[in-house]
Amino acid sequence: MTVATRHSFVRRTITVCIAVIGVALLGGCQRAAPAAEQGITLHFWAMGREADAVRQVMPAFEASHPGVHVDVQTLPWAGAHQKLLTAFAGDTTPDLCQLGNTWIPELATLGALAPLDRQVADSRVVRPGDYFPGIWDTNRLHGTLYGVPWYVDTRLLFYRKDLLARAGFAHPPRTWAEWATQLAAIKRQAGPDRYAILLPTNEFEQLESLGLQQSEPMLRDNGRYGNFRSPGFKRVLAFYAQMYRKHWSPVVANTEIPNVWAEFARGYYAFYFSGPWNIAEFKQRMPKALRDKWATAPLPGPHGPGTSLAGGSSLVIFRASAHKRAAWQLIEYLSRPAVQRRFYQLVGDMPPRRSSWDNSALADDPYAKAFRVQLEHVRPVPKVPEWEQIATELRLVGEQLAHGQLNVDQAADELDRRADQILSKRRWMLDHGRTP
Amino acid sequence: MRRRWVPWVFLTPALIVLGVFFALPVIGGFILSLTDFDVYALADLHNLRFVGLENYLALLRRPLFWRALAHTMYFVVVGVPLSIMASLGAALLLNSKLARFKGFFRTALFAPVVTTVVAVAVIWRYLFNTRYGLVNYALHSLGVQPVDWLGDPHWAMPTIIAFAVWKNFGYNMVIFLAGLQAIPTDLYEASRIDGASPWQRFRHITWPMLGPTLVMVGVLTMSGYFQLFAEPYVMTEGGPLQSTVSVLYLMYEDGFKWWNLGLASAVAFMLFVLMFAATALLMRAARKRGLA
Repeated sequence: MTVATRHSFVRRTITVCIAVIGVALLGGCQRAAPAAEQGITLHFWAMGREADAVRQVMPAFEASHPGVHVDVQTLPWAGAHQKLLTAFAGDTTPDLCQLGNTWIPELATLGALAPLDRQVADSRVVRPGDYFPGIWDTNRLHGTLYGVPWYVDTRLLFYRKDLLARAGFAHPPRTWAEWATQLAAIKRQAGPDRYAILLPTNEFEQLESLGLQQSEPMLRDNGRYGNFRSPGFKRVLAFYAQMYRKHWSPVVANTEIPNVWAEFARGYYAFYFSGPWNIAEFKQRMPKALRDKWATAPLPGPHGPGTSLAGGSSLVIFRASAHKRAAWQLIEYLSRPAVQRRFYQLVGDMPPRRSSWDNSALADDPYAKAFRVQLEHVRPVPKVPEWEQIATELRLVGEQLAHGQLNVDQAADELDRRADQILSKRRWMLDHGRTP
Repeated sequence: MRRRWVPWVFLTPALIVLGVFFALPVIGGFILSLTDFDVYALADLHNLRFVGLENYLALLRRPLFWRALAHTMYFVVVGVPLSIMASLGAALLLNSKLARFKGFFRTALFAPVVTTVVAVAVIWRYLFNTRYGLVNYALHSLGVQPVDWLGDPHWAMPTIIAFAVWKNFGYNMVIFLAGLQAIPTDLYEASRIDGASPWQRFRHITWPMLGPTLVMVGVLTMSGYFQLFAEPYVMTEGGPLQSTVSVLYLMYEDGFKWWNLGLASAVAFMLFVLMFAATALLMRAARKRGLA
């Protein structure tokens, strides 16, 4: 079978199967039919913990929207991307879905997502100005809006106040220079078996966040080529490489640290680069004696408070959905500040709207404060479908840099080479007037 | 006059099943490997380009493919003999007249085979943890410096081989056990009367009599080990420094993670050709010695 006929073949097979089953069930189904006409069922795919939490706020939605039943299905994060593409290929996409906002360019490129500009313009609930601008921006591709932010994620510093104080610092770093000074001082205090920071070699978020702080974008010419040889990104690579070269960070992958919280409590490292979900983890897992010995701080930048990455999940409606109106009502419901506050209590995900932060438990949480500050300074990663693959190369080359197998210039060359190769199809598409 | 079509009637059901579930997908996969099917093609089939053998050439030019191939060969060349030796050793011990509690040991040694790779891999990750692992703890008491088992690019593959051997040897052990029990005991009795030592009995009776079993176990184990995937996937995610990326792992990443199905199909075909050649060589060597 050729590829070209694959789609229609699959579709035809499915149609035939459905027809056969339909005929077989016709007699038995007659009594059940009216129920299907009365109401509609919204198929909502959510991931991991969010799926469990969102089920708990569904009864209130169903009560206020009679006739709409929401069927929440859980996707594991690890298999979600594959599942979504498979669903698209097989025409079995749900009505709406939770989508990591870095996946939006890919699914929008596929034409799987419905544009939401009109709904937002008419909405009295979803007000773009109330959202953190960097987060909102991740949902736009070529000027069209494809998603509404649901919760946010960004990376910043968790640190041990006592270890910083012991090294002679009263506050967390605000610039790279200050950060480097503190790391060096803490390492001197810590000795050979302990470190100043944990930067797992198999995570790309660190390099990605530092890369977003630069004025040069990481891809150039409308995402045609990698731009990792820019002076800005070379500064990032140099800064990153010295973290390992000077033994401020151990050269380990996160698979080798079975319990990051226990190690943090033990003082194996004083800084940890992580996201909002760890607030709850640290609160729960830090021993009593260390309860008030740790804090969070916004990411330091090259010359002042730094940018970080605009992560998190959005809610999207699929183009193939037959119930777009009801799906939008569900998005509006989940975007209400009151519901978002409840959602935060349930699962600890930070809301994307400023008004959801006001007057909530979050506003008084000292650990969340740094995130509130950071969220005003977040930027989306380059919006090309290939970004995740490029980020993986970032991780792999970063790992070689950490192990000292490449120097900064070699790493930058290698990154550009790999990015250019990954982007070759995109260049062909752009050059032939096709919209990727 | 025999009716020639009769055998075909009996063969038809099997041929249809083979055609639909083997031949068609293989042909489809091969055609796919000649295209650059990717996310863009999934969006619109007009974005699909026929690239001929470009995917194969790109693979041959790609350092990671050669490294993945080297890792896979390393795993096969070291892992298969180790695995067979472990299986045969365990089978010989279990088959010995001196062995007590045979039923218990047979079950215990077979147990790793029926465990879940993912669950066991988590436990192995703890065992081989550099700072808290039981393995390094034991080595430390012998005065050996701690080894960074899963974090050092030189040690990660040996650790994975050890894991795979431990996980799989029980299966072949059971096959060997059956083979050993099929050897007539009068051969051993006769040799003992002739004064043969235990080693001579193994070398001249057990080993040749097990020949066909060995060939079968060898072929099955080798083709299984060529398809190294789950162990690095759960233990190291291909790391550190991609030192445990296997050919199949590469295919998984290209195909199912990045959706470059054209390239991934080419990887699959390369692996298929390689496995086919290795198996053919092994079978030919066996046939020469009259074992298969």
